[in-house]
Amino acid sequence: MIIELGHFALILALTVALLQMVLPAWGARVGDARLMAVAPPAALAQLSLLTFAFLSLTHAFLTSDFSVEAVWANSHTAKPLIYKFSGVWGNHEGSMLLWVLILALFGAAVALFGGNLPDTLRANVLAVQAAIAVCFLVFIVFASSPFARIPPQVEGRGLNPILQDPALAFHPPFLYGGYVGLSMAFSFAIAALLEGRTDAAWARWVRPWTLAAWMLLTLGIAMGSWWAYYELGWGGWWFWDPVENASFMPWLAATALLHSALVMEKREALKVWTILLAILAFSLSLIGTFLVRSGILTSVHAFAVDPRRGVFILAILTLQIGGALALYAWRAPQLKQGGLFAPISREGSLVLNNILLTVACATVFIGTLYPLALEAITGAKISVGPPYFNLTFAPLMVPLLLAMPLGPLLAWKRGDLVGATERLAAAAALALLAGSITLALKWRGPWLAPFAIALGAWVIAGPLCEWAARVKLFAADRAEVRRRALGLPRSAYGGMLAHAGVGLTVIGIVATSAWRAEHVVVLRQGEGTEIAGYGLSFRGVAPRQGPNYQEVVGLFVVTRNGQPHGELTPSKRSFDTPQQTTTEAAIQVGWRGDLYVVLGDEQPGGAWVVRLYFNPLVRLIWLGAVLMALGGLLSLSDRRLRIGVPRRARRPLAQAAE
Amino acid sequence: MRHAPTRLAATPGPARRGLRRAAWLLVVLLGLVATPAAAVEPDEMLADPALEARARTLSQELRCLVCQNQSIDDSNAALAKDLRLIVRERLRAGDSDAAVLAFVEARYGEFVLLRPKLNAHTLLLWLTPLLLLLATLFFVLRRSRHGAAAIAALAPLSPAEQQRLDELVKPKRTQRGA
Repeated sequence: MIIELGHFALILALTVALLQMVLPAWGARVGDARLMAVAPPAALAQLSLLTFAFLSLTHAFLTSDFSVEAVWANSHTAKPLIYKFSGVWGNHEGSMLLWVLILALFGAAVALFGGNLPDTLRANVLAVQAAIAVCFLVFIVFASSPFARIPPQVEGRGLNPILQDPALAFHPPFLYGGYVGLSMAFSFAIAALLEGRTDAAWARWVRPWTLAAWMLLTLGIAMGSWWAYYELGWGGWWFWDPVENASFMPWLAATALLHSALVMEKREALKVWTILLAILAFSLSLIGTFLVRSGILTSVHAFAVDPRRGVFILAILTLQIGGALALYAWRAPQLKQGGLFAPISREGSLVLNNILLTVACATVFIGTLYPLALEAITGAKISVGPPYFNLTFAPLMVPLLLAMPLGPLLAWKRGDLVGATERLAAAAALALLAGSITLALKWRGPWLAPFAIALGAWVIAGPLCEWAARVKLFAADRAEVRRRALGLPRSAYGGMLAHAGVGLTVIGIVATSAWRAEHVVVLRQGEGTEIAGYGLSFRGVAPRQGPNYQEVVGLFVVTRNGQPHGELTPSKRSFDTPQQTTTEAAIQVGWRGDLYVVLGDEQPGGAWVVRLYFNPLVRLIWLGAVLMALGGLLSLSDRRLRIGVPRRARRPLAQAAE
Repeated sequence: MRHAPTRLAATPGPARRGLRRAAWLLVVLLGLVATPAAAVEPDEMLADPALEARARTLSQELRCLVCQNQSIDDSNAALAKDLRLIVRERLRAGDSDAAVLAFVEARYGEFVLLRPKLNAHTLLLWLTPLLLLLATLFFVLRRSRHGAAAIAALAPLSPAEQQRLDELVKPKRTQRGA
């Protein structure tokens, strides 16, 4: 019964979305305030209805109602509660419902906090949000209903064990929060095109939403990568897999958008480009959804065999992206460009950032879709794997990282490159030092790695120098430094933190790629081995019973310099439904890096294959990502940027001139 | 084996729905795989560490054909194991790295190479990033020259304007002097 109510609420939400799409937009066009006023309550109604639909599906999962197809196909009574819960979105139908729920959440936020937006802008934004919702709700209701009933079954088919994991349970909501969050920038861009004007207030609205979406996306991607690292059993953290690329492309576009929106907010420049970027960022989110959901990645043929859903999503894609770009081509030339600037200026550096990020994004796009397009057109099958991406993507990142500390030190309009470089002398020295130390420690190579480490150190030290310069650390007395440090806006701190986070991630990536140690051995009980200065002795295996699996646990005693250094217990789990085995790596976290041990297959005679890895500084990859997200959060908490604060209090002229 | 990471909420329902399940099903049906774990087995390894290191590097360039986007270095599908053994056999026979790749490609087709070759098929793939970068730089530089020209066009003030400006600025200077 609850499921039917949920289904009904879903259909009702579609009806409401249709009204919300048509009436406010029409009202904005003819100037009818009553029609425009429909939008906010409609957005709230949509949120309530979709929340109800989502909760009713959650109820079915939690109570293991196997008369619902989605529950039967993806759940099991013996599954731990948290995975019954995460099972709601751990499948196609449920995840699409989560997608529209988050979309409604963002729409409702505009309705609630958008009181200070011009009426027509708010009406148009909510209408565009509703248009997106209509497409996806039609898809869910007609092609992918999570509420489909089947004859009741006794037991469900279970969730893929490798997805039964805390990090992966909350990876999709974050990722979708990011994907769908970009719809806000998209809706604002379309609304701006419809109205034919944009201003700084527009950018001030778009930037926090993009920032929030970007943060969620950053965390979502980091979580996925972290999961891959410990769950897939050999310590890889990024594979340039199409599914990963699908989330990475919107991230790159959103990063570019954040920076160009900054220019637009502060200087009224780059309007036309920012709007295009907003459209592209969300389009890439849609393409990501399509890639993952249509099955086209498995093979072009699999897609052709069962194209119903794929074609549906493709139609949505064409309609939304094509429509948006057509509108852009038509209306964008009418937007006034403002804010002249010299090439060497804050604006100029942000343009460079945008060029490099967009080209990098395009490279990932081409690498991901080229094999599909080639096969569809010529039938030739090629593979585009990690070697291609490493070769094309990395060179684009080098100038970006080099320029990163410089940009924030350049003045708006016309900057002083020499002055900025001088202020970064300390950072350059630090980077040089880091590179030299690395070279001295790791003189066996690879020879490029010390340079990359130096680059990472440069990116970390840059913000420190920027901070020192801005608070006059060595030029003023302590009281003045204190006053200035407290006076710096939070968004400035946020930017510095995020930039430093990028540097940490770079160092983590370089160190673990260049100096990872690997050792594969066959061990009997009582035997030992060594890796990266650690001694491990194998004390045998023992069986253990989990909630919905049995496992074999190996025991390793670790020593370092002859001293005991803890124990590691890697295991192999066998799940009953579905019948699968997974390996659980045992990881010892240290300052230098992770000691990572995996139990392989049993050999005849009671010996075991054991894989040992030492991943130097690998934690920095995710620590950097967390810093980036924290930087975003800090910036978001800035008084001047806080959502819905375009009404700026009048300040004394002296302060404004500062 | 690491099977195709469908990390976006994806999960395999029936094969027609999720990539992951599709990959798994394929793998399970073919009886290829028991455990998700990395690939190289101790018994495959070559005694010569230099040769073994070359084998590992080459393994990362070759695709496991029955897996989804995995190199034979990551996969423990039976086919990947066969390919790893072929690579090592060719290396022991004294082949160069390029010769080993050519040998495998001749048998399994271009699809097996994770680093696409540069040919008529892939010209666009390899050149687009570079062309795009050059095109954007060209476009932006041209625009910025327009911008510079616009700034230059704005620059000169008429004598009357200059005088007015001086008058506006003057009182402040005297104040500061005082």
